[in-house]
Amino acid sequence: MRTNGPLALTFHTIFVVIMLAPILVVCLVAFTPEGYLSLPTHSFSLRWFRAIANYPEFVHAFWVSLGLGALSSLVAVLFAVPAALAIARYSFRGRDTLAALFLSPLMIPHVVLGIAFLRFFTAIGIGGSFAGLLVAHVVVVFPFALRLTLAAATGMDRSIEMAAVSLGAGDWTLFRRVTLPLILPGVISGWALAFIQSFDDLTMTVFLATPGTETLPVRMFLYIQDNIDPLVTSVSASVIAITMTALILLDRFYGLDRVLAGKNDPGR
Amino acid sequence: MSAVVDAAPPSAKPATDGRDARTAWLLTAPALMLFVGVLVIPLAMTVMLSFHDWGQYKGIEPVFILKNWHEVATDPYFAEMFWRTFRIALLTTLITAVLGAPEAYILNRMSGRWKSFFLLVILGPLLISVVARTLGWALLFGGSNGLVNKLLMSLGLIGSPLPFMFTETGIVIALAHVMMPFMVLSVWAALQRVDPQIENAALSLGAGPFTIIRRIVLPQIMPGVLSGAIIVFSLSASAFATPAIIGGRRLKVAATLAYDEFLNTLNWPLGAAVAVLLLVALVLIVVGSNALIERRYAEVFR
Repeated sequence: MRTNGPLALTFHTIFVVIMLAPILVVCLVAFTPEGYLSLPTHSFSLRWFRAIANYPEFVHAFWVSLGLGALSSLVAVLFAVPAALAIARYSFRGRDTLAALFLSPLMIPHVVLGIAFLRFFTAIGIGGSFAGLLVAHVVVVFPFALRLTLAAATGMDRSIEMAAVSLGAGDWTLFRRVTLPLILPGVISGWALAFIQSFDDLTMTVFLATPGTETLPVRMFLYIQDNIDPLVTSVSASVIAITMTALILLDRFYGLDRVLAGKNDPGR
Repeated sequence: MSAVVDAAPPSAKPATDGRDARTAWLLTAPALMLFVGVLVIPLAMTVMLSFHDWGQYKGIEPVFILKNWHEVATDPYFAEMFWRTFRIALLTTLITAVLGAPEAYILNRMSGRWKSFFLLVILGPLLISVVARTLGWALLFGGSNGLVNKLLMSLGLIGSPLPFMFTETGIVIALAHVMMPFMVLSVWAALQRVDPQIENAALSLGAGPFTIIRRIVLPQIMPGVLSGAIIVFSLSASAFATPAIIGGRRLKVAATLAYDEFLNTLNWPLGAAVAVLLLVALVLIVVGSNALIERRYAEVFR
C-alpha cells in the first residue's frame, strides 16, 4: 500500500492543529494569572481553578450531570435490553415500525425534544423537576443503548442457548447465565455511549433545567451568555481533564474504538 | 432507519407463531409505553401548541388558529432566519466534506500505531462538551486582536482584522470544527470496506495519483461522504450552542430563535411553530436524500 506524500502529511498536520487549537487555547487560558481572558505569558497560575470552589453552582451542576448521566443511562439500558432481544429474535408485525420509533430520538432535533418535554412536563405539573429531566434523558439516550445491545444480540451464537435449554435451564436462568453474559459487551458499550450523550447534552436540557437541576453544560452555557471570563475556561479545562482521564481508562480496560463505533449513525 | 432493518436479523425466524409475537410485544412493552407516554404525546402536544393563540397578557389560549403559521410563513424575518439556518448548515457540510474526506483517506493510509493515535485525536473532541469547544473558538476569534486574526495577518493573508465573532463566518468555522468528527468517522467507515489492492491494480496499469483518486477512491467512498453529509447537515441545521455563543443575541438561527420564544419572550405557540417547521423540513431533507443516495448507490450498500 502506498504511503502518504509530503503534501498529504502537511495537510494532515494543519488539520490536526486546527482540530486541537480551540481545546488547547481553553486549557491554556485557564492558567492565566490575570483577571481577564488572556494567554499566560509570564507565569502560570491556578487562581481560576481555586475560584471554582467559590462558585458552588458549577460544583453542584457537575454532580447533577454525573448523577443524571449515570441514572438515565442505567434506566435506558434496563428498557433497551428486553426490547433489543425482542427485535433481534422475533419477526413480528410492526417490528420495523417499533425499531424506527425507538431510534427516532436520533432524528428529532434536540431543540424540538426540549420544547416537547417542556410543554408536556409543564402540562402535567412536573416542570422543572429532576424526575422530568431524568425521563427526558432516558428517552434521548435510549437509541444509543438499544443500537449497541441490538448489534450484540443479533451477532450472538444461539446454539449455546439451545444447549442450555436442552440441559434444562429455565427462562430466567437462561437469560442470567447465558444470554446476558454473551451480550454484555454490547450492553456496556451502549451504557457508556448513553452516559456520554446524557452528560454532554445541552440543547434539550437547557429547556428543562431550573436553578436546582442545572447540569454542567447548561450552567456553563448560561454563564457564558452573561460574561466570558477565565473562570469558565478553568471549569472547561477541568471537564476536559476528567473526560481525558475517563477516556484513557476506558481505552485501557475496554478499547475506545469499540465504544466510538456506535457514534457513527447514518440515520441521524 | 435502514440501519435498523439491516442490523435486524436474517436469523429471525421467518414464520412466527402467536406465542412468539406475544413474547416480543411483552418484551418491548416497557420501552413502548415509555416512548408513547414521553415522546409521542409530547410531540403531538407541541404540534397542537403551534395552533394555539398567545397574547402578552392573556398567555396561551387553547384555541385552533393559524396565526402562528401565518406569521412564520409571511413575516420575512422568519424566511431570512430559516435561510440563514440552512445556509450555515450547507456551508458547514461542504467544509467538513472537503476537508474531512481527504483527512480520513490520509489517516487510513497511516501505519497502525499512528493511525489509532490520530483517530483518537480527531474523534476525541466528540466527547468534549460542545460548550467548551465553542468557547475555544470564541477565545481564538476574540475581537480584533484574536489569535486567528493575528495569525492570518502575520501570514499576509489579510490586511486588516476580519470580524469572526457575531458573524455567520464565525459560526460556520466553529460548527465545522464541532461536526468534523462525524464526517471523518463516516468516510473512515466507508474506507474500511475498500480493498487497497484495487488502488495498486490501477497503479500497475499506469494510472496517475489523481486518476486513482478520481476514478477509484472517490467513487468508493462517496456513500460514506454522503451519509456523513446527511448527519452533519441535520445536526448543523438544528445546532444550538455554537450559533448561540458565536452568533450572539442578534444573529438568530432556528434553534436559538425557538429558545428565545420559549424562555425569553414566552410566546410558546410561535416557538412551537418554528420548532415544528424545523423538524418537518429536516425530516423531509434527510429522508429525501437518504432515498436518493440509496437508489444511486444501491449496489455499494448491498
